[in-house]
Amino acid sequence: MKTLLVAEFREGKLRIKYSQLIAFAKELQTTTSMFLVGSPSELPQFDGTLYLADVAKYGEYNPTVHKQLLLDVIAKEQPDRIVFHHSSYGWDLAPRIAVALKAAQISEVVAIEDGVPVVPVCNAKLRRKIKSKTAQTILTLQAGAFGMEEDPIGTPTVVPIDTSVTGKVDCSGYEAAKLEGVDLTKSEIIVSAGRGVGKPENIAMVQALAKALGGEYGASRPVVDAGWVDHNRQVGTTGRTVTPKLYVACGISGAIQHLAGMKKSEFIVAINTDKDAPIGEVADVFVVADLKQFLPVLTEKLLAR
Amino acid sequence: MNILICIKQVPDMESKFKINAEKNWYDRTDLAWRMNEYDEYAVEQAVRLKEQVGAADLTVLCIGPDQVKETMKKALAMGCDRGVHIADNDAHKREPLEIASMIAGFAKDKNFDIVFTGMQSQDRGSAQVGVMIAELLAIPAVTTIVDFTFDNGAIHVKRELEGGGRALVKATTPVVLTCQLGLNTPRYPTLPNIMKAKKKELLTLAVPDMGGIGACQETAAFYFPERKGSGLVLEGELPDMAEKLIHLLKEKTGVLA
Repeated sequence: MKTLLVAEFREGKLRIKYSQLIAFAKELQTTTSMFLVGSPSELPQFDGTLYLADVAKYGEYNPTVHKQLLLDVIAKEQPDRIVFHHSSYGWDLAPRIAVALKAAQISEVVAIEDGVPVVPVCNAKLRRKIKSKTAQTILTLQAGAFGMEEDPIGTPTVVPIDTSVTGKVDCSGYEAAKLEGVDLTKSEIIVSAGRGVGKPENIAMVQALAKALGGEYGASRPVVDAGWVDHNRQVGTTGRTVTPKLYVACGISGAIQHLAGMKKSEFIVAINTDKDAPIGEVADVFVVADLKQFLPVLTEKLLAR
Repeated sequence: MNILICIKQVPDMESKFKINAEKNWYDRTDLAWRMNEYDEYAVEQAVRLKEQVGAADLTVLCIGPDQVKETMKKALAMGCDRGVHIADNDAHKREPLEIASMIAGFAKDKNFDIVFTGMQSQDRGSAQVGVMIAELLAIPAVTTIVDFTFDNGAIHVKRELEGGGRALVKATTPVVLTCQLGLNTPRYPTLPNIMKAKKKELLTLAVPDMGGIGACQETAAFYFPERKGSGLVLEGELPDMAEKLIHLLKEKTGVLA
Protein backbone atom coordinates (compact mmCIF):
# COMPACT_ATOMS: atom_id res chain seq x y z
CA MET A 1 0.00 0.00 0.00
CA LYS A 2 1.18 3.52 -0.83
CA THR A 3 0.07 6.71 0.84
CA LEU A 4 0.48 10.27 -0.38
CA LEU A 5 0.26 12.95 2.31
CA VAL A 6 -0.79 16.49 1.44
CA ALA A 7 0.95 19.04 3.66
CA GLU A 8 -0.02 22.72 3.96
CA PHE A 9 1.70 26.08 3.72
CA ARG A 10 0.04 29.33 4.74
CA GLU A 11 1.01 32.93 5.40
CA GLY A 12 4.61 32.16 4.50
CA LYS A 13 4.96 29.19 6.83
CA LEU A 14 4.88 25.42 6.67
CA ARG A 15 2.00 24.31 8.88
CA ILE A 16 3.62 22.03 11.43
CA LYS A 17 0.59 19.85 11.93
CA TYR A 18 1.92 17.77 9.01
CA SER A 19 3.23 15.60 11.85
CA GLN A 20 -0.37 14.37 12.22
CA LEU A 21 -0.32 13.13 8.63
CA ILE A 22 2.91 11.26 9.34
CA ALA A 23 1.43 9.79 12.53
CA PHE A 24 -1.56 8.56 10.53
CA ALA A 25 0.68 6.97 7.88
CA LYS A 26 2.71 5.27 10.60
CA GLU A 27 -0.46 3.77 12.03
CA LEU A 28 -1.18 2.28 8.61
CA GLN A 29 2.43 1.18 8.10
CA THR A 30 2.57 2.13 4.44
CA THR A 31 5.13 3.53 2.07
CA THR A 32 4.70 7.25 2.23
CA SER A 33 5.42 10.25 0.07
CA MET A 34 4.39 13.87 0.53
CA PHE A 35 3.00 16.70 -1.59
CA LEU A 36 3.48 20.36 -0.76
CA VAL A 37 3.05 23.68 -2.46
CA GLY A 38 5.60 25.38 -0.27
CA SER A 39 9.07 26.77 -0.03
CA PRO A 40 12.40 24.97 -0.50
CA SER A 41 13.71 27.03 2.43
CA GLU A 42 11.22 25.46 4.84
CA LEU A 43 11.04 21.70 4.38
CA PRO A 44 9.07 19.25 6.51
CA GLN A 45 11.09 16.82 8.63
CA PHE A 46 10.18 13.68 6.80
CA ASP A 47 12.12 10.71 5.44
CA GLY A 48 10.70 10.11 2.00
CA THR A 49 9.98 11.71 -1.35
CA LEU A 50 8.61 15.25 -1.16
CA TYR A 51 6.95 16.53 -4.32
CA LEU A 52 7.44 20.25 -3.96
CA ALA A 53 5.88 23.04 -6.01
CA ASP A 54 7.09 26.58 -5.44
CA VAL A 55 4.53 28.61 -3.51
CA ALA A 56 6.03 31.83 -4.85
CA LYS A 57 4.95 30.71 -8.30
CA TYR A 58 1.67 28.91 -7.57
CA GLY A 59 0.23 30.73 -4.54
CA GLU A 60 -1.01 29.48 -1.20
CA TYR A 61 -4.68 29.24 -2.20
CA ASN A 62 -5.11 28.52 -5.86
CA PRO A 63 -7.32 25.43 -6.11
CA THR A 64 -7.28 24.82 -9.87
CA VAL A 65 -3.49 24.95 -10.00
CA HIS A 66 -2.92 22.94 -6.81
CA LYS A 67 -5.36 20.34 -8.11
CA GLN A 68 -3.39 19.91 -11.32
CA LEU A 69 -0.05 19.75 -9.50
CA LEU A 70 -1.44 17.07 -7.19
CA LEU A 71 -3.11 15.08 -9.98
CA ASP A 72 0.22 14.97 -11.83
CA VAL A 73 1.92 13.56 -8.73
CA ILE A 74 -0.88 11.01 -8.22
CA ALA A 75 -0.53 9.87 -11.84
CA LYS A 76 3.18 9.32 -11.29
CA GLU A 77 3.13 7.94 -7.75
CA GLN A 78 -0.10 5.85 -8.02
CA PRO A 79 -0.91 6.02 -4.28
CA ASP A 80 -3.70 3.90 -2.78
CA ARG A 81 -4.56 6.67 -0.38
CA ILE A 82 -4.31 10.44 -0.65
CA VAL A 83 -4.46 11.99 2.81
CA PHE A 84 -5.35 15.61 3.67
CA HIS A 85 -6.08 17.49 6.86
CA HIS A 86 -9.79 18.19 7.34
CA SER A 87 -9.00 21.89 7.17
CA SER A 88 -9.80 24.98 5.13
CA TYR A 89 -7.13 23.80 2.68
CA GLY A 90 -7.98 20.09 2.78
CA TRP A 91 -11.78 20.20 2.49
CA ASP A 92 -11.39 22.67 -0.39
CA LEU A 93 -8.91 20.62 -2.40
CA ALA A 94 -9.79 17.00 -1.57
CA PRO A 95 -13.22 16.86 -3.30
CA ARG A 96 -11.64 18.22 -6.49
CA ILE A 97 -9.26 15.27 -6.50
CA ALA A 98 -12.09 12.84 -5.66
CA VAL A 99 -14.12 14.05 -8.66
CA ALA A 100 -11.13 13.91 -11.00
CA LEU A 101 -10.24 10.36 -9.92
CA LYS A 102 -13.87 9.22 -9.40
CA ALA A 103 -12.57 7.98 -6.07
CA ALA A 104 -14.28 7.65 -2.70
CA GLN A 105 -13.65 10.52 -0.32
CA ILE A 106 -14.00 9.83 3.39
CA SER A 107 -14.18 13.09 5.32
CA GLU A 108 -13.05 13.96 8.84
CA VAL A 109 -11.56 10.61 9.85
CA VAL A 110 -11.25 10.39 13.65
CA ALA A 111 -9.83 6.86 13.92
CA ILE A 112 -8.89 3.73 12.01
CA GLU A 113 -10.44 0.53 13.35
CA ASP A 114 -9.32 -2.77 11.78
CA GLY A 115 -8.01 -0.75 8.86
CA VAL A 116 -11.38 0.95 8.27
CA PRO A 117 -11.84 4.73 8.71
CA VAL A 118 -14.31 6.03 11.31
CA VAL A 119 -16.06 9.39 10.91
CA PRO A 120 -18.47 11.40 13.09
CA VAL A 121 -22.14 11.89 12.15
CA CYS A 122 -24.72 14.37 13.49
CA ASN A 123 -22.41 16.69 15.35
CA ALA A 124 -20.39 13.74 16.71
CA LYS A 125 -23.40 12.13 18.35
CA LEU A 126 -22.93 9.07 16.14
CA ARG A 127 -20.07 7.28 14.40
CA ARG A 128 -19.85 5.64 11.01
CA LYS A 129 -17.26 3.22 9.67
CA ILE A 130 -16.80 3.58 5.93
CA LYS A 131 -15.35 1.12 3.43
CA SER A 132 -14.08 2.52 0.17
CA LYS A 133 -15.13 0.66 -2.97
CA THR A 134 -12.67 2.39 -5.28
CA ALA A 135 -9.02 1.51 -5.93
CA GLN A 136 -7.87 4.90 -4.69
CA THR A 137 -9.31 6.58 -1.61
CA ILE A 138 -9.19 10.20 -0.49
CA LEU A 139 -9.15 10.82 3.25
CA THR A 140 -9.31 14.00 5.30
CA LEU A 141 -8.21 13.74 8.95
CA GLN A 142 -9.88 15.54 11.82
CA ALA A 143 -7.46 17.96 13.49
CA GLY A 144 -5.82 16.36 16.50
CA ALA A 145 -7.24 12.86 15.89
CA PHE A 146 -3.82 11.48 14.99
CA GLY A 147 -0.85 12.79 16.88
CA MET A 148 2.79 11.96 17.38
CA GLU A 149 4.41 11.58 20.75
CA GLU A 150 7.65 13.09 19.48
CA ASP A 151 8.38 15.61 16.76
CA PRO A 152 8.95 14.11 13.33
CA ILE A 153 12.53 13.74 12.15
CA GLY A 154 14.11 13.20 8.78
CA THR A 155 15.14 14.91 5.59
CA PRO A 156 13.01 14.57 2.48
CA THR A 157 14.20 13.78 -0.99
CA VAL A 158 12.84 16.78 -2.88
CA VAL A 159 11.33 16.31 -6.33
CA PRO A 160 10.39 19.71 -7.81
CA ILE A 161 7.09 19.81 -9.71
CA ASP A 162 5.55 22.31 -12.12
CA THR A 163 2.43 22.94 -14.16
CA SER A 164 1.29 25.29 -16.88
CA VAL A 165 -2.30 25.45 -15.62
CA THR A 166 -3.48 28.86 -14.40
CA GLY A 167 -5.94 29.71 -11.64
CA LYS A 168 -9.55 30.85 -11.73
CA VAL A 169 -9.69 32.76 -8.45
CA ASP A 170 -7.32 35.26 -6.94
CA CYS A 171 -6.21 35.21 -3.30
CA SER A 172 -4.89 38.66 -2.55
CA GLY A 173 -3.92 38.31 1.09
CA TYR A 174 -5.00 37.69 4.64
CA GLU A 175 -6.85 39.38 7.42
CA ALA A 176 -5.65 38.56 10.93
CA ALA A 177 -7.99 37.11 13.55
CA LYS A 178 -9.62 39.76 15.70
CA LEU A 179 -8.41 38.59 19.07
CA GLU A 180 -7.46 41.83 20.81
CA GLY A 181 -8.76 42.48 24.31
CA VAL A 182 -9.20 39.75 26.92
CA ASP A 183 -6.86 36.78 26.54
CA LEU A 184 -8.70 33.67 27.68
CA THR A 185 -5.59 31.54 27.28
CA LYS A 186 -4.30 33.15 30.47
CA SER A 187 -7.47 32.48 32.50
CA GLU A 188 -7.49 29.69 35.09
CA ILE A 189 -11.27 29.58 35.25
CA ILE A 190 -13.53 29.95 32.23
CA VAL A 191 -17.32 29.79 32.12
CA SER A 192 -18.59 29.55 28.55
CA ALA A 193 -21.99 30.19 27.03
CA GLY A 194 -23.39 28.04 24.24
CA ARG A 195 -26.51 28.03 22.15
CA GLY A 196 -28.46 26.86 25.21
CA VAL A 197 -28.40 30.38 26.67
CA GLY A 198 -31.27 31.07 24.28
CA LYS A 199 -31.16 34.85 24.20
CA PRO A 200 -28.57 37.61 24.66
CA GLU A 201 -29.98 38.74 28.02
CA ASN A 202 -29.02 35.37 29.50
CA ILE A 203 -25.31 35.96 28.88
CA ALA A 204 -25.46 37.92 32.17
CA MET A 205 -26.02 34.63 34.05
CA VAL A 206 -22.85 33.20 32.56
CA GLN A 207 -20.94 36.39 33.38
CA ALA A 208 -22.28 36.29 36.95
CA LEU A 209 -21.10 32.70 37.46
CA ALA A 210 -17.69 33.52 35.98
CA LYS A 211 -17.39 36.44 38.39
CA ALA A 212 -18.51 34.34 41.39
CA LEU A 213 -15.81 31.80 40.52
CA GLY A 214 -13.21 34.50 39.96
CA GLY A 215 -12.78 33.69 36.29
CA GLU A 216 -13.55 34.94 32.79
CA TYR A 217 -16.49 34.19 30.55
CA GLY A 218 -16.23 32.75 27.06
CA ALA A 219 -18.56 31.45 24.38
CA SER A 220 -19.01 28.88 21.67
CA ARG A 221 -19.30 29.80 18.03
CA PRO A 222 -23.09 30.21 17.63
CA VAL A 223 -23.15 32.74 20.47
CA VAL A 224 -20.32 34.75 18.90
CA ASP A 225 -21.88 34.50 15.42
CA ALA A 226 -25.12 35.86 16.87
CA GLY A 227 -23.15 38.87 18.11
CA TRP A 228 -23.96 38.24 21.79
CA VAL A 229 -20.29 37.88 22.80
CA ASP A 230 -17.14 39.32 21.19
CA HIS A 231 -15.01 37.09 18.98
CA ASN A 232 -12.00 37.43 21.27
CA ARG A 233 -13.94 35.33 23.79
CA GLN A 234 -14.68 32.50 21.36
CA VAL A 235 -13.32 29.09 22.36
CA GLY A 236 -12.64 26.58 19.58
CA THR A 237 -10.71 26.05 16.36
CA THR A 238 -11.51 29.49 14.97
CA GLY A 239 -11.13 31.16 18.37
CA ARG A 240 -8.96 30.42 21.37
CA THR A 241 -7.55 27.11 22.48
CA VAL A 242 -7.67 27.14 26.27
CA THR A 243 -6.42 24.88 29.08
CA PRO A 244 -7.77 26.38 32.32
CA LYS A 245 -7.96 24.60 35.68
CA LEU A 246 -11.74 24.75 35.45
CA TYR A 247 -13.93 25.01 32.37
CA VAL A 248 -17.69 25.27 32.77
CA ALA A 249 -19.63 24.68 29.55
CA CYS A 250 -23.13 26.11 29.84
CA GLY A 251 -25.60 24.96 27.19
CA ILE A 252 -22.79 23.90 24.85
CA SER A 253 -23.52 20.73 22.87
CA GLY A 254 -19.84 20.06 22.17
CA ALA A 255 -19.25 20.41 18.44
CA ILE A 256 -15.84 19.03 17.47
CA GLN A 257 -14.56 22.53 16.76
CA HIS A 258 -15.44 23.59 20.29
CA LEU A 259 -14.04 20.46 21.95
CA ALA A 260 -10.74 20.98 20.12
CA GLY A 261 -10.45 24.34 21.85
CA MET A 262 -11.12 23.23 25.45
CA LYS A 263 -10.81 19.47 25.95
CA LYS A 264 -7.38 19.76 27.55
CA SER A 265 -8.80 21.81 30.43
CA GLU A 266 -7.93 20.23 33.79
CA PHE A 267 -11.51 19.92 35.04
CA ILE A 268 -14.60 20.23 32.88
CA VAL A 269 -18.16 20.80 34.05
CA ALA A 270 -20.99 20.58 31.53
CA ILE A 271 -24.43 21.98 32.20
CA ASN A 272 -26.91 20.80 29.61
CA THR A 273 -30.48 19.54 29.30
CA ASP A 274 -29.45 16.96 26.68
CA LYS A 275 -27.74 14.04 28.41
CA ASP A 276 -26.49 12.73 25.05
CA ALA A 277 -24.75 15.96 24.08
CA PRO A 278 -21.17 15.20 22.90
CA ILE A 279 -19.78 17.58 25.53
CA GLY A 280 -20.37 14.61 27.87
CA GLU A 281 -17.41 12.87 26.23
CA VAL A 282 -14.98 15.26 27.86
CA ALA A 283 -16.90 16.35 30.96
CA ASP A 284 -15.73 15.36 34.43
CA VAL A 285 -19.12 16.38 35.81
CA PHE A 286 -22.29 16.57 33.76
CA VAL A 287 -25.14 18.50 35.35
CA VAL A 288 -28.40 17.61 33.66
CA ALA A 289 -30.24 20.89 33.98
CA ASP A 290 -31.43 23.96 32.13
CA LEU A 291 -28.66 26.51 32.64
CA LYS A 292 -31.23 29.30 32.87
CA GLN A 293 -32.55 27.72 36.08
CA PHE A 294 -29.34 26.18 37.39
CA LEU A 295 -26.83 29.03 37.01
CA PRO A 296 -28.63 31.51 39.32
CA VAL A 297 -28.89 28.82 42.03
CA LEU A 298 -25.24 27.84 41.69
CA THR A 299 -24.03 31.44 41.61
CA GLU A 300 -26.05 32.32 44.70
CA LYS A 301 -24.63 29.36 46.63
CA LEU A 302 -21.07 30.22 45.59
CA LEU A 303 -21.49 33.83 46.72
CA ALA A 304 -23.02 32.73 50.03
CA ARG A 305 -19.99 30.60 50.97
CA MET B 1 -28.60 37.24 -12.35
CA ASN B 2 -29.50 33.60 -12.21
CA ILE B 3 -28.81 32.11 -8.80
CA LEU B 4 -29.11 28.58 -7.46
CA ILE B 5 -29.23 27.81 -3.75
CA CYS B 6 -28.79 24.17 -2.72
CA ILE B 7 -30.23 23.26 0.65
CA LYS B 8 -30.68 20.11 2.69
CA GLN B 9 -33.24 19.09 5.27
CA VAL B 10 -31.64 17.67 8.42
CA PRO B 11 -32.87 16.58 11.82
CA ASP B 12 -32.63 18.95 14.75
CA MET B 13 -29.25 18.06 16.23
CA GLU B 14 -30.72 18.10 19.75
CA SER B 15 -32.88 15.12 18.76
CA LYS B 16 -32.70 11.82 20.53
CA PHE B 17 -31.19 9.70 17.76
CA LYS B 18 -31.78 5.99 17.22
CA ILE B 19 -30.03 3.66 14.78
CA ASN B 20 -32.06 2.25 11.88
CA ALA B 21 -32.85 -1.43 11.32
CA GLU B 22 -30.16 -1.79 8.62
CA LYS B 23 -27.63 -0.32 11.07
CA ASN B 24 -26.24 2.06 8.46
CA TRP B 25 -27.87 5.43 9.32
CA TYR B 26 -30.02 7.05 11.97
CA ASP B 27 -33.69 6.13 12.20
CA ARG B 28 -35.66 8.81 10.37
CA THR B 29 -38.89 8.45 12.33
CA ASP B 30 -39.88 10.68 15.26
CA LEU B 31 -37.43 13.45 14.42
CA ALA B 32 -37.98 17.18 14.12
CA TRP B 33 -36.69 18.42 10.73
CA ARG B 34 -35.27 21.77 9.78
CA MET B 35 -33.07 23.47 7.20
CA ASN B 36 -29.38 22.62 7.47
CA GLU B 37 -27.99 25.56 9.42
CA TYR B 38 -25.17 26.28 6.94
CA ASP B 39 -27.71 26.44 4.12
CA GLU B 40 -29.72 29.11 5.94
CA TYR B 41 -26.71 31.40 5.48
CA ALA B 42 -26.63 30.46 1.78
CA VAL B 43 -30.31 31.36 1.34
CA GLU B 44 -29.89 34.62 3.25
CA GLN B 45 -26.87 35.69 1.19
CA ALA B 46 -28.70 35.00 -2.07
CA VAL B 47 -31.73 37.02 -0.91
CA ARG B 48 -29.47 39.90 0.12
CA LEU B 49 -27.77 39.82 -3.26
CA LYS B 50 -31.16 40.02 -4.98
CA GLU B 51 -32.09 42.96 -2.76
CA GLN B 52 -28.85 44.64 -3.83
CA VAL B 53 -28.95 44.07 -7.59
CA GLY B 54 -32.71 43.95 -8.12
CA ALA B 55 -32.76 41.81 -11.23
CA ALA B 56 -32.07 38.33 -9.94
CA ASP B 57 -33.91 35.04 -9.99
CA LEU B 58 -33.38 32.71 -7.05
CA THR B 59 -33.98 28.98 -7.46
CA VAL B 60 -33.79 26.89 -4.31
CA LEU B 61 -33.06 23.19 -4.83
CA CYS B 62 -33.51 20.35 -2.39
CA ILE B 63 -33.20 16.58 -2.79
CA GLY B 64 -35.21 14.12 -0.72
CA PRO B 65 -38.64 12.66 0.01
CA ASP B 66 -41.82 14.77 -0.07
CA GLN B 67 -41.26 16.07 3.46
CA VAL B 68 -38.33 18.27 2.31
CA LYS B 69 -40.87 20.60 0.68
CA GLU B 70 -41.64 21.93 4.16
CA THR B 71 -38.03 23.12 4.47
CA MET B 72 -38.12 24.49 0.92
CA LYS B 73 -41.14 26.60 1.84
CA LYS B 74 -39.03 28.31 4.48
CA ALA B 75 -36.46 29.23 1.82
CA LEU B 76 -39.26 30.55 -0.41
CA ALA B 77 -40.63 32.55 2.52
CA MET B 78 -37.16 33.98 3.14
CA GLY B 79 -37.17 35.31 -0.42
CA CYS B 80 -36.27 32.62 -2.98
CA ASP B 81 -38.38 32.89 -6.13
CA ARG B 82 -38.93 29.27 -7.08
CA GLY B 83 -38.25 25.80 -5.78
CA VAL B 84 -36.96 22.68 -7.48
CA HIS B 85 -37.52 19.49 -5.53
CA ILE B 86 -35.67 16.42 -6.75
CA ALA B 87 -37.81 13.55 -5.48
CA ASP B 88 -35.58 10.85 -4.06
CA ASN B 89 -36.64 8.69 -1.12
CA ASP B 90 -33.11 7.29 -0.93
CA ALA B 91 -31.40 10.68 -0.68
CA HIS B 92 -30.20 9.99 2.87
CA LYS B 93 -28.25 6.96 1.62
CA ARG B 94 -26.55 8.90 -1.17
CA GLU B 95 -22.91 9.81 -1.04
CA PRO B 96 -21.68 13.36 -1.64
CA LEU B 97 -20.60 12.60 -5.22
CA GLU B 98 -24.04 11.18 -6.06
CA ILE B 99 -25.82 14.22 -4.60
CA ALA B 100 -23.45 16.57 -6.45
CA SER B 101 -24.04 14.67 -9.69
CA MET B 102 -27.79 15.15 -9.38
CA ILE B 103 -27.39 18.87 -8.77
CA ALA B 104 -24.88 19.24 -11.61
CA GLY B 105 -27.22 17.19 -13.83
CA PHE B 106 -29.99 19.70 -13.13
CA ALA B 107 -27.80 22.82 -13.32
CA LYS B 108 -25.61 22.06 -16.34
CA ASP B 109 -27.78 23.78 -18.98
CA LYS B 110 -29.30 26.49 -16.76
CA ASN B 111 -26.44 29.04 -16.78
CA PHE B 112 -26.45 29.87 -13.09
CA ASP B 113 -24.16 32.78 -12.28
CA ILE B 114 -23.73 31.88 -8.62
CA VAL B 115 -24.47 28.68 -6.72
CA PHE B 116 -24.71 29.20 -2.97
CA THR B 117 -24.73 26.27 -0.58
CA GLY B 118 -23.69 25.43 2.97
CA MET B 119 -20.07 24.38 3.51
CA GLN B 120 -21.34 21.11 4.99
CA SER B 121 -24.46 19.43 6.31
CA GLN B 122 -25.03 19.04 10.01
CA ASP B 123 -25.79 15.32 9.78
CA ARG B 124 -23.36 13.84 7.22
CA GLY B 125 -20.86 16.65 7.48
CA SER B 126 -18.67 15.64 4.53
CA ALA B 127 -18.04 19.19 3.28
CA GLN B 128 -17.77 17.72 -0.23
CA VAL B 129 -20.97 18.43 -2.18
CA GLY B 130 -20.45 22.13 -2.95
CA VAL B 131 -16.94 21.69 -4.34
CA MET B 132 -18.02 18.61 -6.29
CA ILE B 133 -20.88 20.51 -7.97
CA ALA B 134 -18.34 23.08 -9.15
CA GLU B 135 -15.93 20.44 -10.41
CA LEU B 136 -18.68 18.61 -12.30
CA LEU B 137 -19.82 21.92 -13.85
CA ALA B 138 -16.17 22.90 -14.50
CA ILE B 139 -16.54 26.24 -12.73
CA PRO B 140 -14.57 27.62 -9.74
CA ALA B 141 -15.59 27.11 -6.13
CA VAL B 142 -14.58 29.05 -3.05
CA THR B 143 -15.29 27.31 0.24
CA THR B 144 -16.06 28.38 3.80
CA ILE B 145 -16.95 31.99 3.13
CA VAL B 146 -17.72 34.29 6.08
CA ASP B 147 -17.99 37.51 4.09
CA PHE B 148 -19.43 38.28 0.64
CA THR B 149 -19.60 41.44 -1.44
CA PHE B 150 -20.71 41.85 -5.02
CA ASP B 151 -19.55 44.92 -6.87
CA ASN B 152 -20.03 45.46 -10.59
CA GLY B 153 -19.66 41.79 -11.44
CA ALA B 154 -16.67 41.24 -9.17
CA ILE B 155 -17.13 38.94 -6.19
CA HIS B 156 -15.03 39.50 -3.08
CA VAL B 157 -15.23 36.88 -0.36
CA LYS B 158 -13.37 36.08 2.83
CA ARG B 159 -12.58 32.44 3.55
CA GLU B 160 -12.42 31.44 7.17
CA LEU B 161 -9.14 29.85 8.26
CA GLU B 162 -8.10 27.90 11.33
CA GLY B 163 -7.29 30.26 14.16
CA GLY B 164 -9.91 32.80 13.07
CA GLY B 165 -7.93 34.54 10.31
CA ARG B 166 -9.40 35.05 6.85
CA ALA B 167 -8.13 34.76 3.30
CA LEU B 168 -9.27 37.47 0.88
CA VAL B 169 -10.39 35.93 -2.40
CA LYS B 170 -11.63 37.51 -5.60
CA ALA B 171 -13.74 35.56 -8.08
CA THR B 172 -16.00 36.16 -11.05
CA THR B 173 -19.18 34.42 -12.18
CA PRO B 174 -19.97 31.62 -12.66
CA VAL B 175 -18.89 30.37 -9.26
CA VAL B 176 -19.95 28.05 -6.43
CA LEU B 177 -19.67 29.53 -2.94
CA THR B 178 -19.96 27.39 0.19
CA CYS B 179 -21.17 29.27 3.24
CA GLN B 180 -19.81 29.06 6.77
CA LEU B 181 -21.69 29.91 9.96
CA GLY B 182 -21.63 33.62 10.74
CA LEU B 183 -21.64 34.79 7.11
CA ASN B 184 -24.73 36.88 7.87
CA THR B 185 -27.78 36.79 10.13
CA PRO B 186 -30.46 34.67 8.45
CA ARG B 187 -33.86 36.35 8.60
CA TYR B 188 -37.00 34.85 10.06
CA PRO B 189 -39.74 34.67 7.45
CA THR B 190 -42.55 37.11 8.16
CA LEU B 191 -46.18 35.97 8.10
CA PRO B 192 -47.01 37.87 4.87
CA ASN B 193 -43.96 36.30 3.22
CA ILE B 194 -44.97 32.85 4.44
CA MET B 195 -48.38 33.39 2.81
CA LYS B 196 -46.75 34.68 -0.39
CA ALA B 197 -44.43 31.67 -0.49
CA LYS B 198 -47.41 29.33 -0.78
CA LYS B 199 -48.10 30.75 -4.23
CA LYS B 200 -44.53 30.40 -5.49
CA GLU B 201 -43.63 27.68 -7.98
CA LEU B 202 -42.38 24.46 -6.39
CA LEU B 203 -41.57 21.98 -9.11
CA THR B 204 -40.94 18.32 -8.34
CA LEU B 205 -38.56 16.52 -10.69
CA ALA B 206 -37.41 12.93 -10.98
CA VAL B 207 -33.76 12.16 -10.27
CA PRO B 208 -31.81 13.64 -13.21
CA ASP B 209 -29.13 11.83 -15.19
CA MET B 210 -26.18 11.37 -12.87
CA GLY B 211 -23.62 10.82 -15.61
CA GLY B 212 -23.06 7.19 -14.65
CA ILE B 213 -21.86 8.05 -11.15
CA GLY B 214 -22.73 5.49 -8.50
CA ALA B 215 -21.78 4.64 -4.95
CA CYS B 216 -18.05 4.42 -4.32
CA GLN B 217 -18.15 3.77 -0.58
CA GLU B 218 -20.34 1.88 1.87
CA THR B 219 -21.19 2.03 5.54
CA ALA B 220 -19.50 -0.84 7.39
CA ALA B 221 -20.85 0.05 10.83
CA PHE B 222 -23.01 2.73 12.46
CA TYR B 223 -23.02 3.21 16.21
CA PHE B 224 -22.96 5.51 19.21
CA PRO B 225 -19.47 6.46 20.39
CA GLU B 226 -18.34 4.98 23.67
CA ARG B 227 -18.21 7.44 26.48
CA LYS B 228 -14.51 7.66 27.18
CA GLY B 229 -14.67 9.69 30.35
CA SER B 230 -15.95 8.31 33.60
CA GLY B 231 -17.71 11.63 34.06
CA LEU B 232 -20.10 11.93 36.96
CA VAL B 233 -23.70 12.73 36.03
CA LEU B 234 -25.72 14.90 38.40
CA GLU B 235 -29.49 14.81 38.15
CA GLY B 236 -32.24 15.95 40.48
CA GLU B 237 -33.19 19.08 42.38
CA LEU B 238 -31.32 22.27 41.48
CA PRO B 239 -30.08 23.21 45.00
CA ASP B 240 -28.86 19.62 45.64
CA MET B 241 -26.96 19.56 42.36
CA ALA B 242 -25.43 22.97 43.10
CA GLU B 243 -24.26 21.77 46.56
CA LYS B 244 -22.82 18.59 45.09
CA LEU B 245 -21.05 20.48 42.34
CA ILE B 246 -19.50 22.97 44.76
CA HIS B 247 -18.35 20.05 46.91
CA LEU B 248 -16.78 18.38 43.88
CA LEU B 249 -15.03 21.56 42.80
CA LYS B 250 -13.53 21.91 46.30
CA GLU B 251 -12.43 18.29 46.29
CA LYS B 252 -11.12 17.93 42.73
CA THR B 253 -9.89 21.39 41.76
CA GLY B 254 -7.91 24.09 43.48
CA VAL B 255 -10.14 26.90 42.30
CA LEU B 256 -12.42 27.27 45.33
CA ALA B 257 -9.66 27.50 47.92
